[in-house]
Order: sequence, then C-alpha cells, then structure tokens
Amino acid sequence: MAKKVLIVDDEQNIVISLEFLMQRAGYEVAIARNGEDALEVVGQFRPDLVLLDVMMPKINGFDVCQKIRDNPDLQNTKVIMLTAKGREVEVAKGMALGANSYVIKPFSTRELVAEVQRVLEEE
Amino acid sequence: MNRSQFNYLIGLSAFFIFLLGIISGLGFLWWMTAGSSNQMLNTEALSSREFLFIGLMLILLLVVGYFLHRAFKAYFFTVKELAEQMTLILSANPTHRVQPEGPSEVRQLGQTINAFADRFQSLLADDEAKILKARAQLEEERNRLAALVSELAEGVLVCNLEGQILLYNSRAKQLLSSELDKPVNGSGSGGFVGLGRSVFGLIDYDSITHALEDIGYHLEKESIRPVSNFVTSATNGQLIRARMVPVLDQQKELTGFVLTLEDITQQSEVSTRRDILLQSLTEGTRASLANIRAAIETIEEYPEMDEERLEVFRKIIREEAEMLSEKLNVTISDHTADLRSNWQLDPMLGSNLIWAIRRRFEEKLVIETSVEYEEEDLWLNVDSFAVVQALTSIMRQLKDDFDVTKTTLRLKRTGRIAALDMIWNDAPVDQETLWVWQNQASIADGEGFPLPLKEVAERHGGEIWCQTDKETDKTYLRLLLPTTNPKPAWHVPIVQANSRPEYYDFDLFHQAGQKPELDDQPLSELTYTVFDTETTGLNPAQGDEIISISAVRIVNNRLLRQEVFDQLIDPQRSISRASREIHGISPDMLKGQPKIEQVLPQFCKFSEDTVLVAHNAAFDMRMLQIKEAALGVKFINPVLDTLLLAAVVHPNQQDQSIEAIAQRLGVNVFGRHTSLGDAIVTGEIFLKLISLLAEQGIETLEQARAAAEKTYYARISY
Repeated sequence: MAKKVLIVDDEQNIVISLEFLMQRAGYEVAIARNGEDALEVVGQFRPDLVLLDVMMPKINGFDVCQKIRDNPDLQNTKVIMLTAKGREVEVAKGMALGANSYVIKPFSTRELVAEVQRVLEEE
Repeated sequence: MNRSQFNYLIGLSAFFIFLLGIISGLGFLWWMTAGSSNQMLNTEALSSREFLFIGLMLILLLVVGYFLHRAFKAYFFTVKELAEQMTLILSANPTHRVQPEGPSEVRQLGQTINAFADRFQSLLADDEAKILKARAQLEEERNRLAALVSELAEGVLVCNLEGQILLYNSRAKQLLSSELDKPVNGSGSGGFVGLGRSVFGLIDYDSITHALEDIGYHLEKESIRPVSNFVTSATNGQLIRARMVPVLDQQKELTGFVLTLEDITQQSEVSTRRDILLQSLTEGTRASLANIRAAIETIEEYPEMDEERLEVFRKIIREEAEMLSEKLNVTISDHTADLRSNWQLDPMLGSNLIWAIRRRFEEKLVIETSVEYEEEDLWLNVDSFAVVQALTSIMRQLKDDFDVTKTTLRLKRTGRIAALDMIWNDAPVDQETLWVWQNQASIADGEGFPLPLKEVAERHGGEIWCQTDKETDKTYLRLLLPTTNPKPAWHVPIVQANSRPEYYDFDLFHQAGQKPELDDQPLSELTYTVFDTETTGLNPAQGDEIISISAVRIVNNRLLRQEVFDQLIDPQRSISRASREIHGISPDMLKGQPKIEQVLPQFCKFSEDTVLVAHNAAFDMRMLQIKEAALGVKFINPVLDTLLLAAVVHPNQQDQSIEAIAQRLGVNVFGRHTSLGDAIVTGEIFLKLISLLAEQGIETLEQARAAAEKTYYARISY
C-alpha cells in the first residue's frame, strides 16, 4: 500500500511541483493551503509524512508541528519542515518541536524526494 | 521701629517716671513735715510758689531728657551701627569703610575702625594672593581636564551614587537636554544637564540601576573589566548608547560612575534599513528560487511528460521569474519604509546574565532560583537589560497566576547559539496562556519592559518557545540567543576619586541626598535656583503677565553662571509704560517668543529639587503661582527671600533695595533690570548673606525661613 504524504504550503507554484514529484515517487498525496487546513486534513487523511512550510498566515508551520506532536494519535506521523528562512535558530526550533527533518528553500528536488524516502524508512 | 529702638524708648520713659516719682515724693514729704497748722496755708500757697517749683522741675526734666536723647543717639546708636558695619567688614565686604561722624570720640573710633579695616584688608589680600597662586595651578589642571573632556566626540557625565551630576561636557548637554523650541508636552520633555542635578531625569532609571548592578557583580568577582554597556532612550527621545565605568575610592568602594554617551539614533536607523533589505532579499528570493528550481528539475527528471503538464511548469518558471524581478524592484525602492528600532547587542558572559536574572527574580519576585551551567565562560551577544526585564515579567505572571515559587535557570550551548531555559514544575501552564504572555508587554509596579519577550527574542535574532519535558514533567521556556567569541580582556583605567581632587565638584560624592528633609541641611550645602521675573505690570491679580524669566543655579556654595535659564515670553497683551521704562523690553522683542504655557513647565523642571531664591520673592512667587492651576504645574520648592534675609542681617539699615544691599556687601551690580542680571546679582548677594547669617547662628534652611518670617517686611503681601 502506497505511503501517504500531506503537502502543506500556501504557495500554489511549489505545491504543483511537489504534488507531481510525490505522485511520481509513488506516494498518495493530499494538499493543505494553510495551517488550519493542515490540522483538519491531517486528522482525516492520516498521512505518514507531512511536508510542512513554515511561513504561512494565521497558524505557522512551527505551531502545526507542535500540535501534531501533542496529539497521541499522530505520534508516528513524520514531519519535514520546508522554509525560506535558513537561520540556525529556526532549524534548532523546528527540530526541538519534533520535526524529523528540516529542508531549506531552494532545495534539490532529487534530494527532497530522497529525504522523504529516508524519513519514511526511519524507525 | 526695631527692637533696640523700642528698648531705648522704654528705658527713657522709665527714667522719666522715676525722676517724676522722686520729685513728687520730695514735695509730699515737705508738705507733710510743714505741720498741720501750716497745711491749710500751704494748700493756699500751692497755687503760687509751689506750682512755680513744679513747673521749673518739669522744664529741667525736659532739658535733661533732650540732652540724654542726644547723647544716646550720638554714642549708643552710632556705636551700635559701627558694630554692625565692623561685622560686615569682617565677614562679607573687607572694602567697606565706616563714615566717621558725630562727637569727636565717636569720629576717632570710626577712624580707628577704618585703620583696622585697611590693615585687615591688606592681610586678607596677602592671604588671597597665596591662595590664588595655589589655586591657579589647580585651575590649570582642571582646565586641561575640562578642555580634554570638552573636545571628546562622546558625551561624558560623572555622577555620584545618588545619581547627581558632578561633571559634564557640552556634548552630553547637547545629547540629553530638552530644547524649548521643540514641542513641549505638559510635563516638559527631556531635562536639564547641570552640576548637582539628577542623571535619572535624563536617562532611564532602570537602565542605570541595572548597569550599576552589573558593575557591582564585576567588582564582586574582581573582574578586570568592570564596565557595563547599555542602549537606552534618553528622556528627550534620542537613542543613546552608554558605557558605564566605576569610580572607586582608596578602599576600592564604589563611590560613583562615569558615563560615556553616544547618539546612535541615526546609526541604528541605517543598520536597521540594511537588515530589512537583506532579510527581504534573502527570504523573498529563496521562495521564488525554490519554485523555479523545483519546476526545472521536475521537467528534467521527467522529459516524457505531456505537453499540457509541461506548459504548467513553464508557466510556473515564467511567473516566478517575473515575481522575482518585481520583488527586487519593490524591495530596493521601499527599503526605507517600515523601520523598526534596532538594538546594539554587547558581548556578555552567560553566567553574568544568569546572575542578573537570578538577582532580579530573588529580589523583586522572591522566587527561589537555582542555576545550571554547562559552560562557565559562554559568551553571549545580548542586550542584557531587555532580556532580564522581559523574563522577569513572564516570571511575575507565573508567580501571580500559577503560584510558581521556584525556578531553575539553565544555560547551554548548541552550536553557535545558546539556549537559556527557565524551568519550573508542578504548575502546568497551557500553551495558549504562555503564547499570550510571550506576545504581550508587561509593566507592573513601574517595573517591566515595553516590548514582549517574543519581540526581544526577534531583535536578538533568536527564538522563543515553551515545552514540557514528558519524562520529568517539567515545563520550560527556552530562549535562543546568539553566542559570540570573547574579546581579549583589556584593562580599563579605574578612576581613583582621591587621586584626582581637581575634578569640579567632587565634594558632592559625600553629600547627603538632596531630597530628604531639606530643612535641617546647612544653607551652604543646599542647591538653589535664584530667579527673577520681568512683567507687564505690578498687578498679577489684574492680569499682568510675565515677559521674562531668568535663573541661575547655586550648587555647593558656587554660583554657576553657565547653568542659566533665560527666556523671553510672549505675554499676549500690552506692556505698561511704567514697567517698559524699568526693564526696557518692548513688544517687538517678544514677538515669536514662546508662550508662558511652554516656558513655565520648563522652568518648573529647571528648578526641580532646589530651593527658590528671589529678591522680594512674594511678588515673583505670586506671578508663578497664579499660573499653576491653568498650566498643571506646581512650585512646591522651599523659598528664601534676599530682601527679608538682608533685613535679618542688617536690621538697622533702612534701604533694602538690591542696589543698596549689593553696595553694602561689595557685590558688583551689572545688567540691572534684565531678569538674568537681577538673578545673578541676587545670587551673589545671597552667597554673602549665607555667611552673615551663619554668624548670627542661622545655619539651616528652617532657621533662615523662621528668621525671615519675623522681619517686618514679611508682612508685605501681593
């Protein structure tokens, strides 16, 4: 059975690429346009991995990550954070809040797909 | 009529009554001893011979009385006046000479007094020459220091522990002073830089006490770099970067501090603009580049994709490239907008920061605080004041709302950043509450910081969040702060107060604070604002207004001519001809001058915490007080009047005008009837009066006020 990936980003153009790439890599994909949507979809879709953008209006990626980690039903959901902010303190914060990986934009698509695969195989 | 004249009249009357009594007694005795047969005869004869006798006796009495009065006037009163003038020569004006007049003995006495005065004056001149020579050397060094300090591009303030300014340079005055032509709010913006004034009226109190605590920590640890840096807003709105260095006495006890000040308002704006430009360029382009790169790599990775999908990716690339160009244009043209103030961060030992936070928690909040370090010499790049204040306000919320009484402060390094944790247990606080606290500024009991912790973190380029450790059930607030490499330690020359006695008014180091119980303080140790007003007329109750107000300060028995307040005021009404002739101020001179609403609050601030002195103060005070309610200011200062004090010192001199008093006391009169000229002359008279009052045992403010109240002139009221 195909693994499920939820893409959370408010930018349409990156969502199109990510969706195509994830589908071609053989994953079942769902999309959320902002933090609020993401928290709703994550409960229904039950993804194995969330590709989570940090900078979003209303609820940002850090808050979404913290809420996912606080939910006992979602303990096995992996989170990869994507951000245009490449500062060390943000990476430290994301990792401390429970992200499995942190990818800084712009990224190599090949490496991103490899990273998704690696995180999903992690115990 | 003064007391000695009154005593004299009583004495003279008693003498007359006594003589009358003796004469009547003698007459009565003679009448009784004449025998009863003759008494009838005597009664009849009384109308002729005896009445003549009584009349002659009365005339004799009047003649004796007249000569007695002449003798008293010539000897008693003249000698008393001579004595007063001798005291004047001795204590205030050695150039004063008596006018030898009256009987030859008194003239001789007068001449002798003048001869003594000549000798005394020449002895004084010799002494003075020696003192002047000694002082000249001191003055030269002092001037050298003053020139050195005045040439500095930075502002310099030297203060004692009470915060009183002992030395300042013109750059400091320029940086910190308020200006009259700037818009003034009710309380007046900014303050006045001056000797003996409080630094707390110019620079934020908490910033200075924090820096002093920091220095105290350095001294306790015998640090070789007992210096504290901070950035603060001056009360006039300038952003100031300050560096505090301690002044120690020979026992190495802290007796004061030196502040060097630099205006970084503009510097800060420039660096903020650069930061924003850089940030918007990096973050903005990263996202677009990511989208372009993802689209291109997808096309390359899957060359077999259909035309329709290929067109979608081409469109993404086109759109994102256009957006990127647009973003660059907008960023470059708009980067001056949306400014935010910036802080200068300073290297500080992590343990020092923790110590400051702990001290604040324990002293202000009574929170039991323990400390955990992984590295003793971890250097941070921080604004320690901002961090301490923001964390204290969170801890205050924890204490008030969740009864937290204990905390642990932990500092550890993770790569190039440091994590500062504030840990507590047994009081789970939900994320939402903490989120609200982090985002709101908290000011309670006049303590706190106007920026929320989240913004403090952002301005450090750091982050803040809250987490609960599930294993230990402890909640902690983590603040990420930038680390830095320690600068090589360098020695700061410590100013030894005793080795440099030539510093201006350094005696103030040992002076009691100005505020508590002024009444018991010696007159020579108080700080005064000597002032004078010129007005449109003499009837404040009928609408006469102040057109000029000037003042000069006396600190440590020294008239400070460079610290003056001198301001013309537009009275918005006409000026009476009579008063125009006195002060020579014409309506033309007052056009465009500030109004009383602007000037009086400034003057109130200028005279804050000092004793007000004026000649005929009742009038000037009335002019000020009549405006108090309308302008929301209040002159609560104690007041002394040189007119009344001169009458206390010389009760027998009739003329108590400024000119007459100045002449008696040997004060040069210049610029009379300009309010600044009058204020300066009044100030010099007052200094002479202080020593004359001391000879009468009047040494404190309370004694001076009580003596003045007793004098006749105190009854004049406007």
